[in-house]
Amino acid sequence: MEKKNYTVSIYTENNVGLLSRIAAIFLKRHINIESVTVSKSEVEGVMRFIIVVQVNEEQVQKVVKQIEKQIEVIKAFYHTDEEMIFQETALYKVNSSEFVGDLSIQDFIKGTNARIVTVTPKFFVIEKTGKRSETDSLYEKLKPYGLMQFVRSGTIAVTKEEMQISNLLEQFNTTN
Amino acid sequence: MEVKTASFEKLATPATTTVSGAEAVIKCLLEEGVETIYGYPGGAIMPVYDELYKYQKEIHHVLTRHEQGAAHAAQGYARVTGKVGVAVATSGPGATNLVTGIADAQIDSTPLVCITGQVGSHLLGSDAFQETDIVGISTPVTKWNYQITKAEEIPEIIARAFYIARSGRPGPVLIDITKDAQFASLEFNYKKCSGIRSYKPEPEISMPQLENAAEAINSAKKPFIVFGQGVILGGAEKLLKQLVEKTGIPAAWTILGLSALPTDHPLNVGMVGMHGNYAPNMLTNECDVLIAIGMRFDDRVTGNLEKYAKQAKVIHCEIDPAEIDKNVKADIPVLGNVNKTLALLLDLVEEKEHKTWHQEFKDLYKIEFDKIIKNDLNAERGKIGMAEVIDEINTCSKGDAVIVSDVGQHQMVACRYSKFNQTRSKVTSGGLGTMGFALPAAIGAKMGVPHREVVAVIGDGGYQMTIQELGTIFQTKVPVKIVILNNGFLGMVRQWQQLFFDKRYASTEMVNPDFVTIAKGYHIKANQVTERAQLADAVKEMMESKEAYFLEVKVEQEENVFPMVPTGAACSEILLE
Repeated sequence: MEKKNYTVSIYTENNVGLLSRIAAIFLKRHINIESVTVSKSEVEGVMRFIIVVQVNEEQVQKVVKQIEKQIEVIKAFYHTDEEMIFQETALYKVNSSEFVGDLSIQDFIKGTNARIVTVTPKFFVIEKTGKRSETDSLYEKLKPYGLMQFVRSGTIAVTKEEMQISNLLEQFNTTN
Repeated sequence: MEVKTASFEKLATPATTTVSGAEAVIKCLLEEGVETIYGYPGGAIMPVYDELYKYQKEIHHVLTRHEQGAAHAAQGYARVTGKVGVAVATSGPGATNLVTGIADAQIDSTPLVCITGQVGSHLLGSDAFQETDIVGISTPVTKWNYQITKAEEIPEIIARAFYIARSGRPGPVLIDITKDAQFASLEFNYKKCSGIRSYKPEPEISMPQLENAAEAINSAKKPFIVFGQGVILGGAEKLLKQLVEKTGIPAAWTILGLSALPTDHPLNVGMVGMHGNYAPNMLTNECDVLIAIGMRFDDRVTGNLEKYAKQAKVIHCEIDPAEIDKNVKADIPVLGNVNKTLALLLDLVEEKEHKTWHQEFKDLYKIEFDKIIKNDLNAERGKIGMAEVIDEINTCSKGDAVIVSDVGQHQMVACRYSKFNQTRSKVTSGGLGTMGFALPAAIGAKMGVPHREVVAVIGDGGYQMTIQELGTIFQTKVPVKIVILNNGFLGMVRQWQQLFFDKRYASTEMVNPDFVTIAKGYHIKANQVTERAQLADAVKEMMESKEAYFLEVKVEQEENVFPMVPTGAACSEILLE
């Protein structure tokens, strides 16, 4: 089976040990986590994990079942890139002298919809939000000018389909 | 004004009393109906032990000689009673010593609550004396775990722990309690846990799935049932028997499913797996419908997955959705607790007899009997064979004893040859294969069902891994029977070395101590048998003893367990020699 990017979305209770419990499920199967983001979700008190892995569909199915089995996991899903709307944010720190001296940099920054966050006499910080290919492309363009620092966030993503977590929790409240 | 409000509140919630966190732990255990716990004291759990002293009339604490022994004893207790086993240990090494037992309970779905002491919360993360991150360590091998740092969390968390351990697919839960939380006081008010919103113990039952399953069963020409421990955990033994009898389907068991159906039931066709019986292994690859009930297609059961029951339509009755399609693709998954799904299935299946198909099992059994079983039971060679010892135990127990076995050759022989009339009679470490399991597990088992005879059958290797628990037997006077099948080798490893490593016996020969003297050192009645002529009487004397009894049997040194499915082979490529 073909390996591709799968985004695993996990809705959980807010618990201190859960990140390591979930990470252990990937570790046990020797699956490398490409990126992980944890934040609050649309439901109050419920956290959302977004984990990107490169595996085949059978592997991701099994992993999602194991994740869902964890006591504090409310629901877990997996999606392909086509089923998600996702973004990543990257920060690029560039030497000011290079930046001011070369007008062509300023031009392509305008062209990529990147944003200048900070300007100091020594460095500029540029922010770019978009798909992996877009932040990668800006990376390649800025590299020749001497990137002082580069960092990229984990993928954040929402699905095209409805998640219905509130309904799930509602069901519990009515049956218990 | 303030006084009035306070007294009003007091009237509204009359059930609370102020207690220490440590006392709250004991009160929680009592609320959960716990009578016996296993453990070992130490610095960070001392407040709880101080309360155990005060509550010694209400709760029986068994001091094992090692925390691993406490965990296995709690497992043995849980396996024979169906109740949650409880083990207690201190922080650091006390907690890490529990880990093997916890991992064993996780893979064998045994309900267990482990309570560990932890250093004071102000010391967490400071590498304090006997501080270890037991929550981190135990995460991959627990169904749930939690660290309590505030006394007022104790009742709710322990209530959750018991609920999680016993509900759905059971498993071990570890609760780590900092020492300050044990000392601090709280208003104690206990409410049993009846649900957690993020946790669904049993999946919803789908009638269409059941109807599909019934249809496949009703139209099958060569249906075959393989059942596992799920039947015992769900208390569905009667339903299984009714299903087997109504449909006339031959049924085989996994090692942990043993005793869910009486071994002498006419439709019980034996054990599947690596050292299982010939017929069920061969015919797994002949059946047209394979009905898996409460089992998880372990690799020791299936052999090569690429060649496992490919011709059959697979019906998988299972409580844990993560087991569906994990190893074997289910054509018809039947999710739910088997105590519910089998009841529903029973109404949908037709009464049948599969005489010709059943005859195929009998024919293959005849081959296995002539090639292996006959020799195993009536050996004419020099030394006593392991199966002969099990057979003598059967003669005395008449199938009513609990047999606890360790891991290795003797375990396979004990599973192949033990006779059982009733459920929850076979306790062994299945999934994890934990040597050293049997002696402490037998202690727990005997305490769980004191009215039943409990016999631990152990190899000379595994015995020495937890031999210190003889001290627990001596101190508690628990009348367990211990049989050591001593072949002077780590027999199963030696067998593999003989068959697959050109007889290079690397580190498998054991130079053993005088086991009888050791048992006698603990004032346990002890005997040794070396000749076949002494065996029957020696086993009888042991079984009739009112006290604990140790029997060492010197068995054939280089006996191999057959049949055998070699690693990588299909279950139907099972070898008879």
